[in-house]
Amino acid sequence: MSTPSAEPVPLPAKRRLAQLAMLAFAVAIVMLAYANVGLALDNQVPAGMLTYGLGLGGLMLAAYLVLAKFAPWADPLILPLVTLINGLGLVIIYRLEAAGMDGASATNQLLWTAVGVVMFSVTLIVLRDHRALQRLTYTAGAVGLALLISPLLPFIGQEINGARIWIGIGGFTLQPAEFTKLALVVFFAGYLVAKRDVLALAGRRLLFIDLPRARDLGPVLITWGLSLGVLILQKDLGSSLLIFGTFIAMLYIATQRTSWVLIGILLFVGGAVLAGLIFDHVAARFEVFLDPENPALYDREFGGSFQLMQGLFGMGQGGVLGTGLGQGHPNLIPLSFSDFIFTAAGEELGLTGLMALLMVYALLVERGLRTSIAAREPFSKLLAGGLSFILAWQVFIIVGGVTNLIPLTGLVTPFMSQGGSALLANWILIALLVRMSDTARKPPPQAIQDEGMTQVFQR
Amino acid sequence: MSELTLLLIRLAFLAVLWFFVIAAVGVIRTDLFGSRTAAVVPARKVPKPVKPAAKSKKGEPRQMVVTGGPLQGTTITLSETPITIGRANDSTLVVSDDYASSRHARLFPQDGQWIVEDLGSTNGTYLDRSKVTRPTPVPLGVPIRIGKTVIELRK
Repeated sequence: MSTPSAEPVPLPAKRRLAQLAMLAFAVAIVMLAYANVGLALDNQVPAGMLTYGLGLGGLMLAAYLVLAKFAPWADPLILPLVTLINGLGLVIIYRLEAAGMDGASATNQLLWTAVGVVMFSVTLIVLRDHRALQRLTYTAGAVGLALLISPLLPFIGQEINGARIWIGIGGFTLQPAEFTKLALVVFFAGYLVAKRDVLALAGRRLLFIDLPRARDLGPVLITWGLSLGVLILQKDLGSSLLIFGTFIAMLYIATQRTSWVLIGILLFVGGAVLAGLIFDHVAARFEVFLDPENPALYDREFGGSFQLMQGLFGMGQGGVLGTGLGQGHPNLIPLSFSDFIFTAAGEELGLTGLMALLMVYALLVERGLRTSIAAREPFSKLLAGGLSFILAWQVFIIVGGVTNLIPLTGLVTPFMSQGGSALLANWILIALLVRMSDTARKPPPQAIQDEGMTQVFQR
Repeated sequence: MSELTLLLIRLAFLAVLWFFVIAAVGVIRTDLFGSRTAAVVPARKVPKPVKPAAKSKKGEPRQMVVTGGPLQGTTITLSETPITIGRANDSTLVVSDDYASSRHARLFPQDGQWIVEDLGSTNGTYLDRSKVTRPTPVPLGVPIRIGKTVIELRK
């Protein structure tokens, strides 16, 4: 092997061109959707198509250039998939605004997307090695907790629509729970890397399951208490389920023990039933979930099934092929620009369109989990696995909620729902995944010279 | 705008949406198996080098797979560079394992073969069942045990 120039094994490709092509494709689909909305609503290609379409295209090109410069080996699909979801969300919000719906604002959403792309770029540029986060394990935990309880503080906390999950700084409001989840995933990953050997120790054996030792239950019980606290004090079912579910999933990834999953499910179901018995707003959700068609519940002013049923009617109206963009009445569904955006998409794109959307989410999660498998050290594996899981889990909770598969909990649909905090947090999440996939896919360091006792490595 | 045109646009939009999904799957596919065009080009180039070189290439391992331990499922594509394994952060494969040393073992290519060498680890490196005391060639598919981690070379 004296010819270093001849490479017997081809290095994994960067696939930059494929990424650019897919990105252009995604932007083109979004433009087509805008044109479709305009043609259906007032027989002409809307002026918004160029502003919003080219705005989105420009933003994504910028994100692509940053990615190509600072994370050249990153997975080629992550950015195009996110672009498509974000763009379709924009189109639906634009469409609802055009139908005269209060609160829907495509311009705001585009601005927040721009801020999101800026945060994505900043994260990629500043965080050159995600392993730096491992040193911040307990800091991240503390920050996560502080953000979690911040809405409860007297002056900055605000209660909107019955849930105390907002903080107001200056003129605008922020939902700290969205950033909490990022901080907590970093904390869980760092903590589990350090403690997983202990947590994997088996205690007594019951039936087919190795039960963990009783003294190792501490962290699980603490997270359980935390998520119940969120449920009770902030009346936020969604975040509570999100945090606890993610912790259990990461515990499972770290220890490979089914018993933790079973214990987690039992604890959560127990906690939820208890909360349902004690608190009215939780019980109301259960009633609606079990019998949404009941006229008494439908007409109930607070916590009734009106919203849920409107969403289901919308999707029923859509059927298999949908009514077509701009031809349905998704503006009749309350909150169809935020929590219920999935049903708005369901009405106009039909089952076929919803399945395509869910496939795009699934592919995004698959790329994340793939990154987790390809990563070379445990912290990256856990962090990538946790971040992908939290994305999938969020989609499951909200889509399951609006289709009445599980009790409805208020949670945003990642990248689609209108709302700045969620967009920012999710773009940072994507930046972390891109950073990790860059590290995982980068080939091992190459020798500069081929002979001699001393070898020089390039890192 | 007539009903028919809108219907056509609607169907076209859904078709394009699905085409995007299929294109994305296509990108993943080429990532896994290599693109068809890339596979054709080396095939033409292969006959050019001298025969022995081409022969040794056949049995040459292409990737290292972790088959056991916490990192199970990890693969590393082999190139001309040596691979270091250990707990140190700058190793190619970082294992977090109480039974592994910070610089535990090294794998390097020599004359078309991969050689495993123990770097003075505390608990030793095992090739199949026997302890590695000096640089030893690694056949395909034979497990190398480092602490709780088991790795294998594959084509």
